[in-house]
Amino acid sequence: MAPLLRRALFIGGTVVVLLVLSLVLPQTLDPVVFRIVMLSGIAIIMAVSLNLINGFTGQFSIGHAGFQALGAYGAAALTVYGHNALFGYLPKAGPLQPGLAGFFQGAPAILIAMLASGLLAAAVGYLVGLPSLRLRGDYLAIVTLGFGEIIRVVIENTDVVGGPRGFSGNVEAGVLTPRLTSFFWVYLVVVLVVVVSRNLRFSVQGLGFLAVREDEIAAQAMGVDTTRTKVIAFVLGAFFAGVAGALYAHYEFTLSPTSFGFVRSFDFVTMVVLGGLGSITGSVLAAVLLTALPEVLRSSLGSVQGLDQYRLVTYALLLIILMIVRPQGIFGRGELRRDTFFRRGKRPPATPLTGA
Amino acid sequence: MSDFLQQVVIGVQLGSIYALIALGYTMVYGVLRLINFAHGDVFMVGAFVGFYAARALKLEEQPTLAGALITLLPVLLLAMVACAVLGLVIERLAYRPLRRAPRLTALITAIGVSLFLENAGQLLFGADPKFFPSVTPQGAGATLNLGGATISKDQLVLVVAAALLMAVLWYIVQRTRIGRAMRAVSHDADAAALMGINTDTVIAFTFGLGAALAGAGGMLFAALTYAKILPLMGIAIGLKAFVAAVVGGIGSIPGAMLGGLLMGLSESFVRGSGFSRWTEAVAFVLLIGVLLLRPAGLLGRFAPEKV
Repeated sequence: MAPLLRRALFIGGTVVVLLVLSLVLPQTLDPVVFRIVMLSGIAIIMAVSLNLINGFTGQFSIGHAGFQALGAYGAAALTVYGHNALFGYLPKAGPLQPGLAGFFQGAPAILIAMLASGLLAAAVGYLVGLPSLRLRGDYLAIVTLGFGEIIRVVIENTDVVGGPRGFSGNVEAGVLTPRLTSFFWVYLVVVLVVVVSRNLRFSVQGLGFLAVREDEIAAQAMGVDTTRTKVIAFVLGAFFAGVAGALYAHYEFTLSPTSFGFVRSFDFVTMVVLGGLGSITGSVLAAVLLTALPEVLRSSLGSVQGLDQYRLVTYALLLIILMIVRPQGIFGRGELRRDTFFRRGKRPPATPLTGA
Repeated sequence: MSDFLQQVVIGVQLGSIYALIALGYTMVYGVLRLINFAHGDVFMVGAFVGFYAARALKLEEQPTLAGALITLLPVLLLAMVACAVLGLVIERLAYRPLRRAPRLTALITAIGVSLFLENAGQLLFGADPKFFPSVTPQGAGATLNLGGATISKDQLVLVVAAALLMAVLWYIVQRTRIGRAMRAVSHDADAAALMGINTDTVIAFTFGLGAALAGAGGMLFAALTYAKILPLMGIAIGLKAFVAAVVGGIGSIPGAMLGGLLMGLSESFVRGSGFSRWTEAVAFVLLIGVLLLRPAGLLGRFAPEKV
């Protein structure tokens, strides 16, 4: 098949499948399960975008939740305070129209919100990326943590977005954060971030990322612009985190600054490390696992009286045990691909090296 | 002027607690290059051990300061021993299996241990705040006046106790055999091992020592500032102490003390000038500023990368 046709088919097919699922799943799935599906999708975007920074480029960022917070608050403020000027066609409160009509009703607003919050986070990501030119390893990690915390404190002290009370809209004007996020948008961005990561991984630009991770000095000697590479990784990762924030803001009723603290950042780092640093499929699976695990523990332990309180302790223990048993993460640096399941053992024998 | 002095007093008091915790971060980082995120929670355990010990011993308010100190000493020692044991157990079970693993993995394990201690703490101790019984004499004569600033004897005891503990630490690190081994491992672990130093023992000792200091910090904080004792109290204090360690230069023991003091002073001045909601942001701005000017912290040694 011609590459162009293949690409068109892939894009068209993805959009149709996601749209159908987006209309069917909320009706058929158990609400609790559907919620896990949605939150997993947002977590996948966060983990895969953080993997660009931590996994591909080897930069140590542990403030990713800060970018999500920026995106979430930026997007929510935009749709709430821009309601009259830009989004008058949305209901001031309550759900969109049901079915396909609601999809077209919300589509322009969520697209604008995602783009705006992505750009906002990317701009700040650029600022955070700059110190990485001077700092390495653990010190960079601490600075990213610091930036994340500063973003949280600034939000907590900004009364326009509710400060420490949280933000659910402009209550006086009666405009609440619209519920624009549907399955379609979350998983469209999931597909996008995975495809971008995968293509980057095999492009010349992306090989530069990996070279910086393996040995910065050697990469520089080979002509890789390490400064540019690191800043691009930060900007790209922050962009997707901002988009994830916009999706999160328009899915949850209320945003709270405390839900974007450094503990939340650690969750995303855990996903990337648990999946295997640099492994895209690993990040995806670990994001789903770590989002679903607490909920599964809640429903399985919660049914037994008095066991629910052991849930978080169990989660922490499982995390420690997983890291000790598989320090390189679930997949290491490898990817889950078709021949992991099929064609095993049928690989062509390696051609022996000859002296000629 | 008196306002200024008052803030200094509060800052030094806070700073000595931060310094005690920061020392544990910095020593463990020195020998293992690991950010031990569970360290703040060891501080919390120290506070709880102190609280339960005080309750078991039925401590009451003493008429004299000397009497109070004698009553508090066994509680302090108990908290230190309990936390040292906890530190050794954590090191043995969670960190030693990962000695050769990627560093990010060890960091995630540290986060796991931290989560475990916090949640186990909520299970064991409950989520409602507890308060240390007041042991030092209160009422008239409990405060001193110094150039317009009021210093309570509690604050004085806390600062002096912290200073004494740091002096003991300095003696151990600089003047004993095991201290010399610690410095050797921190300088170059592989070379130290080749010189016949049992690095595992040294690392375990360092963990125990750091945890004991954090335990002492927790107990002193609970007993002398009458702060709420909560299972999650270690998160914020631990994070700030960690920032203090980095500001001072992580891996450097005097750096941790200096960083702790700076962090305490900056916090008390920010609070004192009515911006208490910004304290954490100021701490991190200070951190980023220092790191941009001196990438290895104030007293840290910057090691150029060798090719």
